Amino acid sequence: MASGSAAIEATAAGDSTVAGQDGSIIELRGISKFFPGVIANENIDLSVKKGEIHAICGENGAGKSTLMKILYGMQPPDEGEILVRGQVVRLRSPKHAISNGIGMVHQHFMLADNLSVLENIILGAEPTSLGYIRKHQAEVEVEKLCQDYGLNVGIHTSTDELAVGQRQRVEIIKALYRGVEILILDEPTSVLVPQEVEDLFMTMREMRDQGKTLLFIDHKLDEVMEIADRITVLRAGRSVATLNNEDVSAHDLAELMIGSELPVPETYEDTTTDEVLLKVDGVSLDAEETDGLSKKEVLKDIHISVHKGEIVGIAGVEGNGQAELMEVLLGTRRVSKGKIHMAGEDITKWSTRRRREEKLGFIPEDRHKMGLMLPSPLWENAMLGHQGLRPYAFGGFWLMPRSARNKCQDIVSDFDVRTPSVKVPADALSGGNQQKLIIGREMSMHPKVLISAHPTRGIDVGAQAAVWDDLRIARREGLAVLLISADLDELIGLSDRLLVILRGEIVVELDPSQVTPRELGGYMTGATSAEAASEVATEEGAKQ
Amino acid sequence: MSFLKNLESRIQGLPRRAGWALLTPIATLVIAALVAAVILLVTGYSPISAASSMWSKGWELESVIDMLNRATPLYLSAIAVAIGFRMNIFNIGVEGQYILAGLVAAHVGAQFSIWAPAHIAVIILTAMATGAAWVAIPAILKVTRGVHEVISTIMMNIIGVAFVAAVLFRQWHQRDALNQKTAEIPETGRMPDLNDVVEFFFRDIERSPAGNPKKFLWGFIAVAVVVGIVYHIYVNRTRSGFDLRAGGINPDAALVSGVNPKKMIFTAMLLSGAVAGLVGLPEVLGRDYFYGLQFTQMLGFNGIAVALIGQNHAAGVALGAFLFGYLDTTGPILDTADEAPEEIIVIIKGAMIFVAIIIYAVARRHQLADQARAASRALTQRSNSTKKSSAQAGSSDEESEGVLADPVAEE
Repeated sequence: MASGSAAIEATAAGDSTVAGQDGSIIELRGISKFFPGVIANENIDLSVKKGEIHAICGENGAGKSTLMKILYGMQPPDEGEILVRGQVVRLRSPKHAISNGIGMVHQHFMLADNLSVLENIILGAEPTSLGYIRKHQAEVEVEKLCQDYGLNVGIHTSTDELAVGQRQRVEIIKALYRGVEILILDEPTSVLVPQEVEDLFMTMREMRDQGKTLLFIDHKLDEVMEIADRITVLRAGRSVATLNNEDVSAHDLAELMIGSELPVPETYEDTTTDEVLLKVDGVSLDAEETDGLSKKEVLKDIHISVHKGEIVGIAGVEGNGQAELMEVLLGTRRVSKGKIHMAGEDITKWSTRRRREEKLGFIPEDRHKMGLMLPSPLWENAMLGHQGLRPYAFGGFWLMPRSARNKCQDIVSDFDVRTPSVKVPADALSGGNQQKLIIGREMSMHPKVLISAHPTRGIDVGAQAAVWDDLRIARREGLAVLLISADLDELIGLSDRLLVILRGEIVVELDPSQVTPRELGGYMTGATSAEAASEVATEEGAKQ
Repeated sequence: MSFLKNLESRIQGLPRRAGWALLTPIATLVIAALVAAVILLVTGYSPISAASSMWSKGWELESVIDMLNRATPLYLSAIAVAIGFRMNIFNIGVEGQYILAGLVAAHVGAQFSIWAPAHIAVIILTAMATGAAWVAIPAILKVTRGVHEVISTIMMNIIGVAFVAAVLFRQWHQRDALNQKTAEIPETGRMPDLNDVVEFFFRDIERSPAGNPKKFLWGFIAVAVVVGIVYHIYVNRTRSGFDLRAGGINPDAALVSGVNPKKMIFTAMLLSGAVAGLVGLPEVLGRDYFYGLQFTQMLGFNGIAVALIGQNHAAGVALGAFLFGYLDTTGPILDTADEAPEEIIVIIKGAMIFVAIIIYAVARRHQLADQARAASRALTQRSNSTKKSSAQAGSSDEESEGVLADPVAEE
């Protein structure tokens, strides 16, 4: 009978016995974790003081997430020990970590969409008597937590009606309800627009002032500088330094993280021409609602034109029609209305294969889900999408493995894919190298139009710079790129023009050289003047 | 010359690749045999004498012919299942497809007599068409209505065997004194045996007192070999085969790469059904020349096990088919010699399937770890060499590292 209130009492009791030396509530000593072929963490020492916001920053692949998973009991460390409140503990499971007062909010939320806010929060820690949920008690407790931590929706609201920021708040309250004193936040800002980030930071400060300890993983340095009291930098699985916020600048942090300055996405000179290579002409898409009866317009009268040598960015909070736009362009879904033209030809009725073979390149948002055959060798992955084309195949049907391997070898050396051979499975490569392979395979076939969705998501800074370079080179060589991204800096830095998509509509066109991430965030959430936005959108429509 | 070089590199790479490829089936067999040995010991039989009599009798030429005759339909059945597996489709319906195809082909083949190769070809094509037609119903249901093929092919098995075959057989069978069977296929439609080939390479096959050979190696084994080769080439060397594999490994990635999933599902199921149609032909064309009550059943289900053990690979499946053929033909030897109950063979087969699933999963993980290690070695080697060269070139970045303790720099 592990009831929620009991858990709170237990940790409240434990609270009074904080006994760590020099006030540290968590201490990691010599933590190492090895994965096949990778040292994720090597001899990491970390001490977190009670009541501070402690940021862990580092490149992707530096070992931040692994370290936090160890601290949350999801993975045991191979070496080293964990001290919580001065006591050595072996955390066997997340449940065990929670009973030690450690909670975690994951990057991808773990909420049951069809349950209410209240139900999600008490799920698994329901206050019960004789097997019945004490609903009134739960309501009172959760209501209070929601008020304290700025979740201003009714506790009986269904979770699937909440915005991303609110869902995150539910996750935080869920942890607090379980009596957590130490909260790990795994890249909490990556899903938020700037306004929501500020709200989150306010909540985090409140929590700190109430004596909670926060561990905050991030790689956006300005955010780290804004919120953190102390910062630990990880690089290649090792902890490089722990610093006080006052003693360090974002510039220093960047150098610590990667050993050199941060690359900046910039497109330099204008290479846009008059020739339109991709034209989306009044495209709408109806999708069936989950009840299977009514229909919803997920894309509404979209007009986009991408010129030769131009990068057009599509900005938007995820789930506003970007995925559907991509599917429509690839031809895996049929438009309900409108036309799509590529290089002057009407491709609306073409199959996906025909579009791909007529030089429509595609970099998917999720490389594991849509980009690769993980157990297959690299050279077969290089063929994917071009399996009917030379040099991979002869006559459209007969594969040529040897020439495919040679081609893949060229991709590996031209795009700096780090691999011992083209015969290893894609599984064996790191995320950045997998992404370089995907970009290489698309670019090496010289597409006319490239649809690129979140091209640098989840890869390290070095690989990110390489990807940006590749996109710039392609643009200079006359490629038309449609860039769908959630990284505002990337969008502003790379795009020649920016379109904002909101609820399936292009609401505004912006000049990236004039717009700040903050303004862009305003348009993305619909907070900034919708009238002005729709005016520009109709202008864009009229122009075509 | 380049061919020679290619061959050379292939031979050099062989030990490692062959290591993984051979280790798994051998380990599977050994562990399954150990399980059987334990069971024999517990039930009071001697595993050693059972094994030795299986071994000595099993390798007599006559037993080997039996083994090959058993392996041939198993192989075809397993290839039919494997085609589906490659696309993540589980064609459980091979059973019904081949029984129905055997009946229809035997009936059609008995209706006429033409030039022998053409006659045999017509029978083979009839069987393939029947198998494909029977699986077309679940295939259409899956593509248009999303009905899961496991459910629909099981249903089609029951319908195929219990209803259609029974009705057709009642319609077509000839009543003679002892047996119910379809009309006999004339001489031109019969597949010649391969006893001459066997006797050329080995020794004379034992004769009965009347002077007829006791055993015949069915000619259909040649068709099975051709099917295996075509399967291998199709899967590995054609775009359609690549689409099939891509669709099986990652349907989402295949979709955006231009593979039409519905078309590939349909293609895979029909190809699977067509090959399944062949499963009953070795005995129809090589032994019985009709469809009767002694038509062998359960080959479809055994084929699933063989495909699993052979990991859908043309050669691996052949190995699995030989193994199952060997076990099936030596089982009765055990019983007659009173070494062990014949059912021990079923236990060995069952254990093999379990062990195979586990061993392949474990081997795959180790192989991947092996390759991941190699990949990260390649990575560190290259970054070390670039680090060295940049350190020699200049020490511009040493300033910042000097200010703050940096364990990485001390490496």
